Amino acid sequence: MPIKVILPTAFTKHTDGKKQLDSNAKDLAGLVVDLETAFPALGANIKDEDGKLRRFINVYVNDEDIRFIGGDGYAFQDGDEVMLIPSIAGGCF
Amino acid sequence: MSFQCAYELRCQECNRSYGNQPLTICDECFSPLEVFYDIDSAKGIVTRESILAGPANIWRYAALLPVPKGFQPDLPVGYTPLVRAPRLAARLFKGGSDNVYVKNDAVCMPTLSFKDRVVAIALANAKNFGFETVGCSSTGNLANATAAQAVRLGLKACILVPADLEPAKILNTQVYGARLVRIDGNYDHVNRLCSQIADEYNWGFVNVNLRPYYSEGSKTVGFEIAEQLGWRLPDNVVVPMAGGSLIRKIKKAFGELVQLGLVEAKPVKFFGAQATGCSPISVAVKGDTDVIEPQRPNTIARSLAIGNPADGIYASRLIRSTGGWAEDVTDEEVVKGIQMLAETEGIFTETAGGVTTSVTEKLVRQGRIKPEETTIVCITGNGLKTTDALQGKYAKERAVKPRLADFADYLKELDSQSHQKEEIYAH
Repeated sequence: MPIKVILPTAFTKHTDGKKQLDSNAKDLAGLVVDLETAFPALGANIKDEDGKLRRFINVYVNDEDIRFIGGDGYAFQDGDEVMLIPSIAGGCF
Repeated sequence: MSFQCAYELRCQECNRSYGNQPLTICDECFSPLEVFYDIDSAKGIVTRESILAGPANIWRYAALLPVPKGFQPDLPVGYTPLVRAPRLAARLFKGGSDNVYVKNDAVCMPTLSFKDRVVAIALANAKNFGFETVGCSSTGNLANATAAQAVRLGLKACILVPADLEPAKILNTQVYGARLVRIDGNYDHVNRLCSQIADEYNWGFVNVNLRPYYSEGSKTVGFEIAEQLGWRLPDNVVVPMAGGSLIRKIKKAFGELVQLGLVEAKPVKFFGAQATGCSPISVAVKGDTDVIEPQRPNTIARSLAIGNPADGIYASRLIRSTGGWAEDVTDEEVVKGIQMLAETEGIFTETAGGVTTSVTEKLVRQGRIKPEETTIVCITGNGLKTTDALQGKYAKERAVKPRLADFADYLKELDSQSHQKEEIYAH
């Protein structure tokens, strides 16, 4: 069973309005690849120069911040609900 | 309205311009948006005199804030006292000091915290964007400020708070007729939910889709400090940190005043204060990094209990770049800080102020703040909202008969108790 991925409205410009997809990704790195395959325009924008998810994008797995359960090392479980939410901050100083 | 500095939202990372709209995230690179001003256009127009001629509240700086054309502010928010604090300084430094000041937002109107400043700016924009309902995710003070000021502007309010919030802060929101929703989770859960609600409902969330405007209200703390010091910048500023926005905006305000030629440029060290039970920014500063590791908050300083601080990256970078530092204190020290400020300067602050006061003491002990330097301690909230923190700290005294002799006996009894206490402490 794949994981269910929920995308924020801010992404929809690059996803033809889609806010949800199913993925078979094993971990966060795999999910970034999956997102890029499904939505090439989004893929280019959510990665930093190291190919990782930008640090302003928070990832929650079943309501828990992924950083509390292993971060990049967390292995997605069947049926996980994964939410991507951009961090709401200020900007420069 | 008189002169207004032109402003717009821009992405700090990719510099894309967004004009003015209720938006907080760049839809290209998903980085946060910031309000940019044409400060140079204000040179020679926004002067010390023009500011002095304004009202004794935050609106005296309206030209340097994102205030929409046609908005007529009528609420006297801010312009709180900057008081010299020699008795606090005597506790902090062996030889005392005349250079310690408290910026006292415990008496910020109308709801007794610095959040009145940010909400005033957010709601001015909410009106302009045509929102009929406003809301926020809040650790309490913001809830109070949003609920009260929404009433004043004829807006409906829906406020989301963590379920374990102090009763006084819940009551102080409900009394204004706001719809209050207690969420079974901590602030970070509440905030995440609000960002989803803002996507689905056409509501103006002051700290979500109105956040770029909202956070600019914090600049007024910096403007006031500089003006009240006699148009000069301090050497040190000690600021409590929750999301990490206030400290950044005080620095932004100082920078704008320098750019306008209203104060002389000088290095200012920024110091951040957190509770140890929720100290992600302090940990980052001590580790010399701007990578924020989120924490699960566990502290009585609930107004600072943000485990995943949105502006943490920037706050950590700012503090380190100015030669400042961040510290954190235990809950016991938080209570001692509240008592110390009340006993020395007659200012009753909430737990966040206890954090700031105790962190200041720690920074002095570490030799990071010196008596000859001008230091501002930013107090952001009122102790009447968090009296729970002092439960059991003061004994309930017995009732005394209304006779002079009984009164005199009672005084003797109290004196002897305090002597005994002093002897215990002395040993």
